[in-house]
Amino acid sequence: MTDRGREVVFAQAIRTALREEMQRDESVILWGQDIGVYGGVYGATTGLQREFGEDRVRDAPISEMAIAGVAVGAALLGMRPVVEIMYADFLMHAADAIANQAAKWRFMSGGQFKVPAVFRSPAGGGSGYAAQHSQNIESWFCHIPGLKVVCPCMPRDARGLLKSAIRDDNPVVFLEHKSHYTYRGPMPKEEELLPLGKADVKREGTDVTLVSWSRNLLWALEAADKLREEGVSIEVIDPMTLFPLDLDTILESLAKTGRLVVSHEAHAFCGVGAEIIAQVVEGHMDLLKAAPKRVSAVACPLPYSEPLEKAALPDADDIAAAVRQVVR
Amino acid sequence: MSEQPSVLLGYLRAMWVIRHFEEALDDLFGRSLIRGTCHLCVGQEAAAVGACAALRADDQINSTHRGHGHFLAKGGDPRRVMAELFGRATGYAGGRGGSQHMAGWDIGFLGSNGITGGGIPVATGAALSAKLQNTGRVVVSFFGDGATAQGAFHEALNMGSLWTLPIVYFCENNLYAMSTPLRSHSAVSSIAERAAAYGMPGVEVDGNDLLAVRDAVATAAARARGGEGPTLIDCRTYRFLGHSKSDKREYRTEEEEAAARRRDPILRFRALLLEQGHASESELAAVEEDARNLISEAVEFAQASPLPEGDPSAKVYAP
Ligand SMILES: Cc1ncc(C[n+]2csc(CCOP(=O)(O)OP(=O)(O)O)c2C)c(N)n1
Ligand SMILES: [Mg+2]
Repeated sequence: MTDRGREVVFAQAIRTALREEMQRDESVILWGQDIGVYGGVYGATTGLQREFGEDRVRDAPISEMAIAGVAVGAALLGMRPVVEIMYADFLMHAADAIANQAAKWRFMSGGQFKVPAVFRSPAGGGSGYAAQHSQNIESWFCHIPGLKVVCPCMPRDARGLLKSAIRDDNPVVFLEHKSHYTYRGPMPKEEELLPLGKADVKREGTDVTLVSWSRNLLWALEAADKLREEGVSIEVIDPMTLFPLDLDTILESLAKTGRLVVSHEAHAFCGVGAEIIAQVVEGHMDLLKAAPKRVSAVACPLPYSEPLEKAALPDADDIAAAVRQVVR
Repeated sequence: MSEQPSVLLGYLRAMWVIRHFEEALDDLFGRSLIRGTCHLCVGQEAAAVGACAALRADDQINSTHRGHGHFLAKGGDPRRVMAELFGRATGYAGGRGGSQHMAGWDIGFLGSNGITGGGIPVATGAALSAKLQNTGRVVVSFFGDGATAQGAFHEALNMGSLWTLPIVYFCENNLYAMSTPLRSHSAVSSIAERAAAYGMPGVEVDGNDLLAVRDAVATAAARARGGEGPTLIDCRTYRFLGHSKSDKREYRTEEEEAAARRRDPILRFRALLLEQGHASESELAAVEEDARNLISEAVEFAQASPLPEGDPSAKVYAP
């Protein structure tokens, strides 16, 4: 067996990637609200200001539009900013800089400019943070040509992908799940880079292909465990990068299974699950033995109260139920 | 101006209600009886109560993530505010909103806000309606010092002034935005100074002096009602507790916190009432006891209330 390294929490995987890239490349700089002494609201940058100084790790005012916009300008001039937007809901403030500036300057300059900036942000629900602090808006950014969108789940993947995102010469929106920073998983000691745009098969199986990402992947894996006891063999795929999407890995799996379920924490309408299923159905109907299914949140702002929030979010039981339907 | 003892005792009581409400919450959070996050305003009670004391009942306010005090000061029922925090069906939003998203239409509370600065343009719009509908109402928008770094702050104040709207921009300047001190997030040390950029008066006030806050807001509200437009108030105060429940407060010293506690707005006002002979020691003690009991009842009410059930997507759209 290869070195499985040590177990780390998700926040530490992020911190490791930032630290390694800052040690390697002087042009990697960070800013965001309360990322210095406070270490970021989820501790992803703890200790980095002490180690790299206030020039390279800056606390920023509550000015998301400028936090992101300044990153675009710095990136244009050869820096590699990695900015933290405290919650993904506030990416809406930063959206002009990300969608109208970062995403478009390569194109609008006819290929003269490049914008190697990373916009990190915690997304997702499940902790009672309610409507304005719980949204999953990955599909918004997937809809903007010029951006790459990454949604890791496993700590090891988060580290390897963030490192690649930082080295990428294009703007990357890197979404972490806010209820997932203390999730523990193995991470190798040695440096590891994982390519953007490449999915990972988290569990091999033969009956159903189950695609999921971010924290929701945990519920997919739980459902797969449950169904194995019922004799259903599930292949679980984590795309990890949502744009560009690695359809090939999904198609290879479907060639075996012929059945597809996609589950994500965002709600279904115009979600990334719709895109994945559309691409499969449009070009590869011949692979399918049953109509694909989506498992996702109820279409509502996330409620504060626990029973309502639970009812709104997908879980392992919901996923298992959908899988049973497609194998029936 | 001669002050009525009963009114003054009312202010004191309102501050104690907020203090006990927040301290009860702190305890409930510590025991994991309440989920999510919440931002307490212990130490800032005079700002909320002083400002609301200058308003008419039909005036409107909106607020921030640190909004329980504003809600209570505007006349919110502590039982239903507490029930909202417990996620109960009897809460103001039936458990849908939670700490950062409180709303009380009947008392003119147009929402606290999880988006820093997000409420400032909304309040400005409410003031536009007050003007167009000739209601004679004034709107007060509460926000923190940190929020003044948002584009929304600048854009709204400029429009509010250009359109001469009946609004008071009330900055609860507790000298920190989370862990970031004012000097690290604002290029000028006085928020009041910013008013010059929008052609409106900027007023600095000691936010731990209830009567000073009330009078500053009364002047600003009279100006707004009189059709002369907005005022920016820089209300200097201090939050005694952490930014939220997870804050270890490593960014400030114990000495600084102790010095702030010596300026406790409630104890200060209480001493004033005693000194000026507005109330006896036993009357003052009774007011606090009364507030404490009200909050115990609120917690009991909330805990005994049912949880919401049914379709989480109900109430997303107006019918
Ligand atoms: C748009 C946006 N950015 C960041 C945050 C996270 N956040 C919540 S409160 C806060 C600090 C606010 O400081 P201030 O406005 O001074 O209010 P205070 O907490 O001191 O009352 C921050 C950064 C947010 N809620 N919304
Ligand atoms: Mg503040």
